[in-house]
Amino acid sequence: MSRTLADLAPDEEATITAVAGSDGLSHRLAELGFTRGATVRFVRTAPLGDPIQVRIRGFELAVRNSEARRVVVG
Amino acid sequence: MSAAPSPLAREASSEHRAADDPFVVAVIGNPNTGKTTLFNALTGLKQRTGNYAGVTVDSAIGNFEVDGDAFLLVDLPGSYSLSPRAPDELVAVRALIGRAAASRPDVVLCILDATNLDRNLYLLSQLLDSGLPVVVALTMVDVAKREGIRVDYRALAANLGAPVVPIHAAKRQGISQLRSALRSQAAAARGAAVRVSFPAEVETAVGELAQRISSAPGPRRDFIALRLLLDVDGFLARELADELPAEAITYAAEARRRLAQQDIAVPGIEIDRRYAWIDSVLEDSLASGDGARFVWTRRIDAIVTHKLWGTLIFLVGMALVFQAIFTWAAPFMDLIDGAFGALGDAVGATLPEGALRSLVVDGVIGGAGAVVVFVPQIAILFALITFMEDSGYLARAAFLMDRVMASFGLSGRSFIPMLSSFACAVPGIMSARVIESRRDRLVTIMIAPLMSCSARLPVYVLFIAAFIPARTVAGFIGLQGLTLFSMYMVGLVVAPLVALLLKRTTLRGPQVPFLMELPPYKVPSWRVVLFRVYDRSLAFVRRAGTIILATAILIWALSYFPRQPEVAARYDALRAGVTSESALVDLDRAEAAEQLRGSFLGRAGIAIEPLVEPLGWDWRIGMATLASFPAREIIIAALGTIYSLGDGQDEGSVELRTTLQAATWPDGRPIYTPAVALSVMVFFALCSQCAATLATMRRETGSWGPPIATFVYMTSLAYVAALLVYQVGSRIGW
Repeated sequence: MSRTLADLAPDEEATITAVAGSDGLSHRLAELGFTRGATVRFVRTAPLGDPIQVRIRGFELAVRNSEARRVVVG
Repeated sequence: MSAAPSPLAREASSEHRAADDPFVVAVIGNPNTGKTTLFNALTGLKQRTGNYAGVTVDSAIGNFEVDGDAFLLVDLPGSYSLSPRAPDELVAVRALIGRAAASRPDVVLCILDATNLDRNLYLLSQLLDSGLPVVVALTMVDVAKREGIRVDYRALAANLGAPVVPIHAAKRQGISQLRSALRSQAAAARGAAVRVSFPAEVETAVGELAQRISSAPGPRRDFIALRLLLDVDGFLARELADELPAEAITYAAEARRRLAQQDIAVPGIEIDRRYAWIDSVLEDSLASGDGARFVWTRRIDAIVTHKLWGTLIFLVGMALVFQAIFTWAAPFMDLIDGAFGALGDAVGATLPEGALRSLVVDGVIGGAGAVVVFVPQIAILFALITFMEDSGYLARAAFLMDRVMASFGLSGRSFIPMLSSFACAVPGIMSARVIESRRDRLVTIMIAPLMSCSARLPVYVLFIAAFIPARTVAGFIGLQGLTLFSMYMVGLVVAPLVALLLKRTTLRGPQVPFLMELPPYKVPSWRVVLFRVYDRSLAFVRRAGTIILATAILIWALSYFPRQPEVAARYDALRAGVTSESALVDLDRAEAAEQLRGSFLGRAGIAIEPLVEPLGWDWRIGMATLASFPAREIIIAALGTIYSLGDGQDEGSVELRTTLQAATWPDGRPIYTPAVALSVMVFFALCSQCAATLATMRRETGSWGPPIATFVYMTSLAYVAALLVYQVGSRIGW
């Protein structure tokens, strides 16, 4: 199993290797800047465990765990 | 850009436009780029909401003039991309393509957030393909500077092939430069010279596809061809079904298959190419310092989205919002109530007794009062929401609540509308505009009226005080307080179930990604807050007002007509022999009760008695409930009138309470038992009895479908629940 954005620890950074899938969600993630080679940071988890706060290309996003699992990191 | 004399340029640029038609400017940008602020700065306060070129959501339009040339601005919804993946994302693409060449905008004004150029340039690069003249407004330049991000405007403009104007909308800086850039671009009418290039295979496919599209050759057709090739979900194909031959659609699908065999994934290739282009553009035009950016935002976030502190701040904040709408608005609402009451009395004194006086005083003035009384709550709620939205907190609140809302198929964005609806569903429904997904917004709007609004409180207070014994259960819990709490819980329990049901049936569809931006915190602009309060309050009074007034007048007519002269004559005869002031008042009230009983409304109450009897109700409750459909709190006044106490009763009235307690069926049994009181309260907790809410729903969704569906489901639900409560309650001895 490859590691995904959802598996990172708080404050951990990683480089994106792929965005899995070829549906609307994976395209939307890519359009927002989750592209191969970009650096993504897992900032923290919401109090109830979902969604998570991440940083990509200098801005912060709230992403659900189910969405973050699409982002494969190296 | 050549500054050609405008009348000539206009004729050259667009044969479709008459000489004095305004230039149409489509305003587009990512969410959170300060688009609304810029829009207001450009148009002054002369903007209005209206439909334009198939933009179905109320989108703002506004005008301005530059050197005698008129401009019409159309605000398109904030979006990240022109690839529609849901019907609601189609709005911007539809406006840029136009249903025909003639309805395309003359210029596109694209707003770029200087602190976030990477992602913002994605949308811009797609706009450059539209073949329309583009002007770039760069916002947040002051913040960017502070954060050590330096943008070389000239290099950026050269790389984009479009004028770039840095602005500070709240301080009105750069606005006049922006206006003249729009004017010269509109006059020149030249599409952007820069385009992101795709691999030769893709370009060839686009060219081939363009020839299969029946529209006239030109930039619009090329733009359609490109977007169609990238339209994997088929939204655009369906939208343009009338002008696209089936051949074009099959060709697009085939071309995508062929490209995939050549290892060119569509639409992945678009994203890769655009981001590669963005990187090259930013390399020459952007220099960012090495220092950490947005240090303050990150410090604040460490507390505000913290597991413990974040949750506490959220709960305290929401309690304050709730309290504010509930209590801060109360004195203003009382003032409005009192003012309309006094106006009614003053006007009433100048008119002769009869139908006209009753119409003016009870129908028109009373009805207008019922509209205006909501304004304080709307104003306070929108001040607070805009404050939270503009400061950046609203997105954090949605972040914290998303998990809870997701459990019934919605997202964190639905939280504020639901919370607001505890005060009043009208501002709650209006605040659902923050929800981007059309389906989620519709579900939220349809369940918002289930939240126990402040107008239900008087009903609960009256019935609980009269019929729920003031004793404790389990030693310390007051039964009356527990009942009140349960009434609030009824809506809270039912609303998620309805949401789940709607999401699984009529409003089912693909899950919309949550993916919500958490913008940097900033000090909110008072101008923005005040404008929103003004705009929303006015919109409510204007649009919802007419419908509420009409309904109020209708109910007045039904309760006033037909007059029964024989009743009036009988009471006149009785009055003749009476001198005591209080006896006269009693006679007036008894006459009013008898007139009401004989009115259309009274007759309707008697006619529906068989229908409400299983709920434990008599015709009086049935009639008072019918009268309460325009506004549920009317039941208090209606019961007051029918029990001959006059219509000035309020929920605290001891007289009304004891009268209800003493009311009996013809056989002497008391009408109101705790089971009946509960059945009435549950009915009021669930029923759709608010013309203002339905009118607002109509206004916000642009269709009568949602209000009608809401009315039907809530009223049926209320009936069934009240039936269950009474049938079960009366059997177990309540």
